[in-house]
Amino acid sequence: MNAIEKIIAAHAGLKTVKPGQIVDVNLDYVMANDATTTLSIDVFQKELKGERVFDREKVVLVMDHYTPCCSVDAAETHKKMRQFGRDQELSYIYDGVGVCHQLMLEHHAKPGDFIIGADSHTCTYGAIGALSTGMGSTDVAVAWMEGKVWIKVPFAIKIRVSGKWPKGVYSKDLALKVIGDLTAKGATYKALVFEGEAIRDMTVSERVTLCNMGIEAGAKFAYMQPDEKVKTFMKDMGREYDPVIEDDDDASYEWILTYDVENLEPQIAYPNSVDQVKSLSDFEGLEIDEVFLGACTNGRFEDLEIAAAILKGKKISDKVRMLVTPVSNAVYMKAMERGLIGTFIESGAMVSPPGCSACFGGTIGLIGPGERLLTTANRNFKGRVGSPDGEIYLASPATAAASALYGKITDPRKVI
Amino acid sequence: MIKAKTIKFGDNVDTDQIIPAQYLSLSTIQQIAPHTFEFHGNFANDFKPGDIICGNDNFGCGSSREQAPAVLQERGVSAVIARSFARIFYRNAINIGLLLVECEKADEIRHGDVLEIDPQKGVIRNITTDCNLEITPLPPFMQEILNCGGIVKYIDNRRGQYDGLECKSISEI
Repeated sequence: MNAIEKIIAAHAGLKTVKPGQIVDVNLDYVMANDATTTLSIDVFQKELKGERVFDREKVVLVMDHYTPCCSVDAAETHKKMRQFGRDQELSYIYDGVGVCHQLMLEHHAKPGDFIIGADSHTCTYGAIGALSTGMGSTDVAVAWMEGKVWIKVPFAIKIRVSGKWPKGVYSKDLALKVIGDLTAKGATYKALVFEGEAIRDMTVSERVTLCNMGIEAGAKFAYMQPDEKVKTFMKDMGREYDPVIEDDDDASYEWILTYDVENLEPQIAYPNSVDQVKSLSDFEGLEIDEVFLGACTNGRFEDLEIAAAILKGKKISDKVRMLVTPVSNAVYMKAMERGLIGTFIESGAMVSPPGCSACFGGTIGLIGPGERLLTTANRNFKGRVGSPDGEIYLASPATAAASALYGKITDPRKVI
Repeated sequence: MIKAKTIKFGDNVDTDQIIPAQYLSLSTIQQIAPHTFEFHGNFANDFKPGDIICGNDNFGCGSSREQAPAVLQERGVSAVIARSFARIFYRNAINIGLLLVECEKADEIRHGDVLEIDPQKGVIRNITTDCNLEITPLPPFMQEILNCGGIVKYIDNRRGQYDGLECKSISEI
């Protein structure tokens, strides 16, 4: 078996599993956020007639998509969520302190876990060796009740990445390149497993960016073998680190793709699909109206640090507005202590409290008709962030910062 | 048997298109549903309850929001046909009992075509173009959930509280 099959087998109480097999897995955590939880609550209470969730320590609720509330409807959603959480005496209800996936990484997920979340980007925790995937509200309500879900064991695609990272090229560029090649449906129902020298050389934060984007190729899981860096990350977060689960000698993969990052250039995904990807050079000079630095994809300290190094002592173009949203309060605090927040404000950017912010068109940072947004988030769907007649381009934090300086899409290698 | 006209879409219909983010905080599906596909002329102008939605590849990609299949159901969509579905949308739709039909030749179906879907026989009859299209059968496990009317009734059945259709438990599959 490969490592993914071994984690599934361990959670299904089976010695072996094989791709295509349907099994019930016991869950380490069930996470839900404010975009979809009210539906889960309705299903749990009205349809399933649920009284208590299976384990109040393992059901995590996060308010992040609509924080701080910008409408009475959102406030009602939050009120209902908080009440449910209190009635169920849940141990973990996070309210406006960060994006759900970052909080799961900071406080809960660990290597070898099996976690589901009512959010498609739940595949993120594979970056630290946990199996995690997104599901809908009804599946989550069932999981609240039973503590398990059915899952079909996926075929796996291995992505082997070699080479040394060139200056100005980052995890986000690799993620976009891979999705462009695989297409938006290329990994549907499958697991993506990343390995190789370039993956080992990545920080945990960069690995999170790559796994976060796995769903954009349709993947059920994105996964990386945890290593010493993950061990250090877990220690820094004050949590235990389970023994590493490795592929058996007979581990099978449906196919193997290879990449060498040495020749990789900064990439851009252009409207209206994440798999529409070209080298940044094809868009160089394209005027933009707004820049967003943040999201579970690229709102961590390391991302802010890369952007702040580019913006330090400079002013963003008066043709753009820039919004910076740290992904969690822990990141916000560290960025403040290290002076990054001051750098952003002095450069002319806006800094908002943590949350999904302008990644999800539910609260702030929306664009108008005909406007162009360059964002470090993970989706560029039509109308995702405001007007359906606007355009959304995806890029790395370095590209975002360099582009903010000039008011047009700019290669970060020119300014670092 | 379902007989209705088709509202046609292309590849990669994402759930943000089906229902934009700003409406997810409304309290009920009934309040959200009027905003279904509001940026799409094909739907906004031509849809009538009972109509069939048809996309090509990767229908329902993107956000996990279950409101997407739920608003289609609420508006009276009788079935969604596509060459392929995104994983979470597929699971969500079956869970709430919305009929999904996978058809390799979905790209041959045009906006406005009148179709007859016979899930039992595994065939779509395109009355407008006078041809038959084969349906890719649902995996038996998914078919069982759909037969029960969704995952909640399926689970009720497992608990012995539901006297409707016969459903197998997961371990029996």
